Amino acid sequence: MADTVHSWAHALNGIRTPSSAQRGVLRFMRRRSTIAFLMCLPLIVIIGGLVIYPALYSIHLSMLNKSQTRFIGLSNFSFLLSRDTFWMVVQQSAIFALSAVFFKALIGLITAHLINNLPSKGQRKWRGMLLVPWVIPLALSSLGWWWLFDPTHSAFNWVLTGLGFEEISWLSSPYWARFSVILVNVWYGAPFFLIMYLAALKSVPEQLYEAAAIDGANAWQRFVHITLPMMRNIIAITVLFSLIVTFANFDIVQIMTAGGPRNMTHVFATYAFLLGIRSGDLPLGAATSLFMFPILAVAAVFILRGVRKRGKEVG
Amino acid sequence: MGQSRLTRRTVLKTAALGSAAVITAPYVSGVHAAGTLTLGCWDHWVPGANKAFDKICKEWGDKNQVDVHIDYITSQGEKDKLTAAAEAQAGTGHDIMSHRDWNIRIHQNSLEPLDDVIATLIKQYGPISPVAEYLAKIKGTWRGVPTAIGSQVKPCCSRIDLYKQHAALDLQAMFPPDESKWDKATTDKWTWDAYVESAQKLHKAGFPVGLPMGQTSDAVDWVGGLFNAYGVVFIDAKDGIKINSDETRQAMEIARKIMEASPPEVFAWDDAGNNRWLISGKGSGIMNPPSAWAVAKRDNLKVAEQCWTHPVPKGPKGRFVGQLPQFYGLWQFSKNKTAAKDLLLHISQKESVAQLVAASFGYDLPSFKTMYDLDTWKTVEPPVGTVYGYPPRADEETSMFGAPARSEVGAQMYNQAINTVMVSKFTQGKEKLDEVIKWAEKELEGTLRA
Repeated sequence: MADTVHSWAHALNGIRTPSSAQRGVLRFMRRRSTIAFLMCLPLIVIIGGLVIYPALYSIHLSMLNKSQTRFIGLSNFSFLLSRDTFWMVVQQSAIFALSAVFFKALIGLITAHLINNLPSKGQRKWRGMLLVPWVIPLALSSLGWWWLFDPTHSAFNWVLTGLGFEEISWLSSPYWARFSVILVNVWYGAPFFLIMYLAALKSVPEQLYEAAAIDGANAWQRFVHITLPMMRNIIAITVLFSLIVTFANFDIVQIMTAGGPRNMTHVFATYAFLLGIRSGDLPLGAATSLFMFPILAVAAVFILRGVRKRGKEVG
Repeated sequence: MGQSRLTRRTVLKTAALGSAAVITAPYVSGVHAAGTLTLGCWDHWVPGANKAFDKICKEWGDKNQVDVHIDYITSQGEKDKLTAAAEAQAGTGHDIMSHRDWNIRIHQNSLEPLDDVIATLIKQYGPISPVAEYLAKIKGTWRGVPTAIGSQVKPCCSRIDLYKQHAALDLQAMFPPDESKWDKATTDKWTWDAYVESAQKLHKAGFPVGLPMGQTSDAVDWVGGLFNAYGVVFIDAKDGIKINSDETRQAMEIARKIMEASPPEVFAWDDAGNNRWLISGKGSGIMNPPSAWAVAKRDNLKVAEQCWTHPVPKGPKGRFVGQLPQFYGLWQFSKNKTAAKDLLLHISQKESVAQLVAASFGYDLPSFKTMYDLDTWKTVEPPVGTVYGYPPRADEETSMFGAPARSEVGAQMYNQAINTVMVSKFTQGKEKLDEVIKWAEKELEGTLRA
């Protein structure tokens, strides 16, 4: 009997006191970093599957020959660099992205100031209305704009001729076509800047403005010496984010001009689509789209370095 | 009892004979197919056309106890091509997939040879259009079966009243809805020079012709036909760049004259731009399948009643109309290849094609000339016989911009619309012709990249 009791107690002890290995696992699982990692795991898997893997695959693809049977190193890239049309695409992508981001930032800043100075009762209404372009799916709004610019039945031209002006070849003249696609991008993206700048404006301490007013600073001086320095980080981050998104834009150009006339509105993404999907040269298409990467990486390094530096100064 | 000796030589001989028999023999239906077949098909723009195809497939499925499932995929935004590219990369998807223009060549390494099906069809219906052969027969092997669905040519679709009134041309009398009544001496006068002359008169009268000059297929196809009519070769079959020629200069001059008599917006038109131009009543003629007429019939009957489809003009080297066929391809990863081949054969039969052509009001065009006698093209109205001239008849031949270059080279030339960009640079961009040709030579060099 005593033996039995002893063996039961031993068995129970075995359950209550885990072995050292089990104790290690339990300790590991209880760590906050482990829990955080496990909770992030679904996101890591999604990013790994939908971002990292496709990115690595496209790098691999860009180093294959046209029929994807042979590794050719950087030949696709050197081939692209020898093409006049590709350099035209580089130039157009830069014009498209830089001018669109500049006007989006400018319009966003001006409208954010206007809204910030409205009485708080009316602000919400205006904020909601001005966000509409950003909320509508881009493919749909681009189609709407395309109807307005329609080569034959443009609504804008109808108004212009009604007012006694000449018709404008919005999409058939290459330079007007460039203007049109940039305009639509600005219309779509400005609300993002507006909302970011509005949030930044609201975080500027009111006391700074009061002190400046006592010192006799006018509105422009307050803007230059208080508002802008306080917003510099948010401006840098929004510009970086927008630059990445605008450089990679596809929908607007594809829907409105498909790169024409005379290839003069192609950007990296539409040209990559033309070469990769429509012409069936996936490796060359992948190489074209990867050209964006170093340009954006350099921009990101400089902008984020500035943000970090200013963060340290504030800290 | 005699005993045959099996030697290595006998085995090899038998295997060689067997392979030869398999390659050369026409396809014989192994109707004991069963299971499921999935199809990814081009979504037809004509309401009701998909239903006709559903019916044909269902009849075959019921007869052979095969469950046929069809997904219709739009070509808007190239979604059908994206789906095909994804399935080819993933090695899984539908059994049969429809492929437009150059897609058979693009996916040649993932597609099953279909020589047996084609051999049977050729035996039944005679030769296939050379354009279809150029696009789907790769290194001597057919990788796709041409289908009538969505296949098209782009002849002239002109306004009877406006041509009569302003260009003094009676198109109905020139091209009556009975080929035997076509007078060769009269049709021979329908040349590119005559086209330019009539276009100038119609432009002066305020009803210009509307030929697109963007970078989509309607533009590439009509310019391709014009260039062929003048004997222009961009790249020959041996990779020789031949664009710098007198023929090119002649054809570019014709294109310039046409562009001068066209509305300025043609440079921005997509494939629907010319249709809208005709339907609006502003335009006197376009080069298009009967889709423009069919939409006019729905939206502007008065215009539809005045539309007449007829052959394209002739040049020094012949009369060439741009053709854009569609194909069905069978993926190598398909698990039901026997049934798939049998279905492909069934939907290519003249009886099936007749139903498809009728359902599309004559838009769908088979690749076999022996099928051009179907009733639909004679009976569709208004006016009766309006699309009789849609299938290439008499001396009209089909052409494809890119040929005779190797098809992988041709695909690059076609999709990058090198011919229409050339014309745009010369006409809209006012660049010198020699510089434009030099630009084209450089672009063509790029298409030869291995």
